Amino acid sequence: MDFTLSDEQQMFAETARTLLGDTCTPDHWRKMMEQGVAFDAARWGQIVENGFTLLLLPEAAGGMGLTELDFALIAREAGYVALPEPLAESAGVGAPMLAALAPDHPALANPGAIIAVTPAINPVVANAEIAAAILIEKDGHAFVTTPDKVRLTPAETIDPFRRLFRIEWDESQAQDLGPADWTLALDRASLFAAAQGLGLAQRSVDLAVAYAQERTQFGKPIGSYQAVKHHLASAQVAIEFARPVVLTAAAEIANGDVQSRARVSEAKIVALEAAEKAARASIQVHGAMGYSWEVDVHLFLKRALALKQAWGTPAFHRNRIATRVFTQPVGADKTFAREMTHA
Amino acid sequence: MDLTYTPEQQAFRAEVRAWLEAHVPAQPLEHYDATREGFEAHRQWEATLKSGDWGMVTWPKEYGGRGLDLIQWLIFEEEYYRSGAPGRVNQNGIFLLGPTLMEFGTHEQKQRFLPPMASGEEIWAQAWSEPQAGSDLAGVRATAVKDGDEYVLNGHKIWSSRAAFADWAFGLFREPGSERHKGMSLIFFRLDQPGVTRNPIRKINGHVGFAEIFLDNVRVPAFNRLGDEGQGWHICMATAGFERGLMLRSPARFQEAAAALAALWQERKGQCDPAIEADVIRAHMNADAYALSIYQTASRLMAGAKIGPEASTNKIFWSEMDIHLHETALAILGAEAELIPPTGEHEWLDDYIFSLAGPIYAGSNEIQRNIIAERMLGLPR
Repeated sequence: MDFTLSDEQQMFAETARTLLGDTCTPDHWRKMMEQGVAFDAARWGQIVENGFTLLLLPEAAGGMGLTELDFALIAREAGYVALPEPLAESAGVGAPMLAALAPDHPALANPGAIIAVTPAINPVVANAEIAAAILIEKDGHAFVTTPDKVRLTPAETIDPFRRLFRIEWDESQAQDLGPADWTLALDRASLFAAAQGLGLAQRSVDLAVAYAQERTQFGKPIGSYQAVKHHLASAQVAIEFARPVVLTAAAEIANGDVQSRARVSEAKIVALEAAEKAARASIQVHGAMGYSWEVDVHLFLKRALALKQAWGTPAFHRNRIATRVFTQPVGADKTFAREMTHA
Repeated sequence: MDLTYTPEQQAFRAEVRAWLEAHVPAQPLEHYDATREGFEAHRQWEATLKSGDWGMVTWPKEYGGRGLDLIQWLIFEEEYYRSGAPGRVNQNGIFLLGPTLMEFGTHEQKQRFLPPMASGEEIWAQAWSEPQAGSDLAGVRATAVKDGDEYVLNGHKIWSSRAAFADWAFGLFREPGSERHKGMSLIFFRLDQPGVTRNPIRKINGHVGFAEIFLDNVRVPAFNRLGDEGQGWHICMATAGFERGLMLRSPARFQEAAAALAALWQERKGQCDPAIEADVIRAHMNADAYALSIYQTASRLMAGAKIGPEASTNKIFWSEMDIHLHETALAILGAEAELIPPTGEHEWLDDYIFSLAGPIYAGSNEIQRNIIAERMLGLPR
C-alpha cells in the first residue's frame, strides 16, 4: 500500500506544467479568441514533440506504454491552462482505442494525428473536422472513418476553445472494427475529464487569490476579509478531497470492475463539481470584473460546464456508484476491495 | 502508487479481526459521557485492549505500543470500527497528547505518561479554552508561576471534553504579564488534586460530555511541563494539527456509518422520497474521498512529510460530511426521526446531535477556513 507518485511521474507532470504554462498563456487565449480559432499548430507540435500523445500507446505501436495515472497527471496540467487542443480525448481515449482495435491503422503512424471519438452517450463530437480518424460507437462496435466521408454540422458551444460537431454517417462509408471496449473508453474519458477538472479548479482559485491580494476596498485588500477568504477556502477543500479520488481512479482503472468504474464516476463527479464551485467562487470574488470577458475566469467555468456533462452526466455516473454501493459489500475494510460476483 | 495490501498487511488485518471478534463486548457499553459507570466500563475496555497489546499500535513498544506504521494503524482502525467496539474514552490522550508527547517530551516524560495512557489507567482531558479565550486561544489568562521546582496554577478552563470523569488534563498557562502567543507553557495537572474544582456541563444531548475547571493555587512539579517554558503555543499548534489531521477522526468511522446508511435506505426506501438516494450515494462518496485522502496523507507522512495547514481542510471535510450523513439518515427515518431508539439500535439521532459539534470543536470551521486562506492560499490577514 503506497499512495505516493514516483519521481518519474512527478518529473513528467512538471515538464507538462512548464510546457503548457509557457505556451498557453492568457495572451495566447486572447489571440486565439480574436482569430476565432481553437487549435494552435505550434503548441500542438510541442506537445507531440514531448511525447504526450504517445504516452498511453503500447510500445509495440511506437508508444511509451505508460498508464492512465501518468496521463491523468498531464491532463490535470491541461486543465490548469484550459488547453484548447484535444490532448485528453485524442491521445487519452481515441488513440489507445484505435491501437487496441486496429494497430496498423495509418492514423497511428503519425503521433500528431488527431483521433476523434463519438460514443453513443455524447450528442456531439469534438475536433472531428481536423481528425485523421473518427471512431464511432454503434451497437457496441467501433467504426472508423474520416471527416471527408461523414457530414459534420458545427454545433456552436459557449466554450470558445471547443470545436463540436453533430455527425451524420453511413456504415458503407466506415470500417467496422468489431466489438470494442466502450466502457474503457468512457472510463478513460471520464477520468481525464476529472483530472482536467482538478486543474481548472486550481486555476480558478489561483486567479481569485491573485486578484484578492491586489484589489483594495474599504482601504484593505479584499482578500483580508473573511467572507472572501471563506469562498476560496471552501473551493480549496473541494479540490483537496477530489484529488485523491482522481489519483485512485487512475491507479485502479485497469481493474475494469464495479469498484474501479464507481471510482472513476466518483472522480468525475467530485472533480468537476470542484471545478464549477471554484469557478463560481472566483467569479464572485472578482465582482463585476468576474462577469466580464476581460477576466479569464469565464474560460474555466465554461470548460467545467462542458466536461461535467460530457461522457456521462452526473446522474449517469451516480448510477454507476449506486451499483457499487448496493450490489457489493461496503464498509471500512472495503476501500480497495475488488468485485465479488457472489456478494 | 500501489493500492493493494501486502500479505503482511492482510495477515495483520486478520489478526486484528480475530482478536476483536473474541473480545468486543456483546452488549454495547453505556456512553462514557453519560455516567461514571459508563466511563469506568470504557476504562475497563481500554484495559482489555491493552491486554491484547492494542492500546496504541503506532507507539514504540517501550511506551506501550506495537511500533507499527500508519498504514497498519489505518487497518487497525478499519477493523476496530467494523467490529462495533466501544468508543475510545481516552481519545484526548492517545490521539492528541500522545503524539505531542512523542514529539516534544523527554524520555522520562514519555516513560512516565505514555504507558498508563495506552492502557487507560490514566484518562486525559484537554484544558485549553477559557471563558474569554475560545477561537482566540492566544487570549488565555490562566497562569503558571514557577516556585522552586513546582508550578502554581490559577485560572478558569472551560469546554474540557471528558473532564467530568477524567484523571488528568493538559492545559495552556501563561507566565503572569506575558502577552498573546508568548510566555505560554503546556502543563499537565491531576483533576482530583487539591485546588481543582470541576463542574460538569451538560451537552445538548443531556450528557455531561464536558466540564469547566477552576484552578486555585494548584501545585504541580515542573516535570509536568511539556517542552520549554514559553513554547506552549507552538506545541499546542502541533497538537491541533494531530486533532484536525489524521488522528482524531478515522475514516473508518464514517465509512461504517455510510454503510449503515445504505442499509437503512435499502430497508426503508419504499416509504421515502426517491430523491434521498442521491444523498445516500453522496455519503458513501464523501466517506470514500476522506478515506483515500487519509491513505494519501499516511503515505506522505511515512515518506517523511509533516502535517501542515492542510489538516484544516480535513477538519472541515469530515465535520461537514458527518452532518450531511446524519441529516440524510433522519430524512429516511422521517416522522420517526425524533424518537429515541431502543437500546442496541443505531443511534442516528444522537449521532446527528453529536455531528453538530464537529464544526465547532478542534477549532471552529470558520477559523479553519481562515487558516486555509492565509497559510495555504496566501491571502493577507
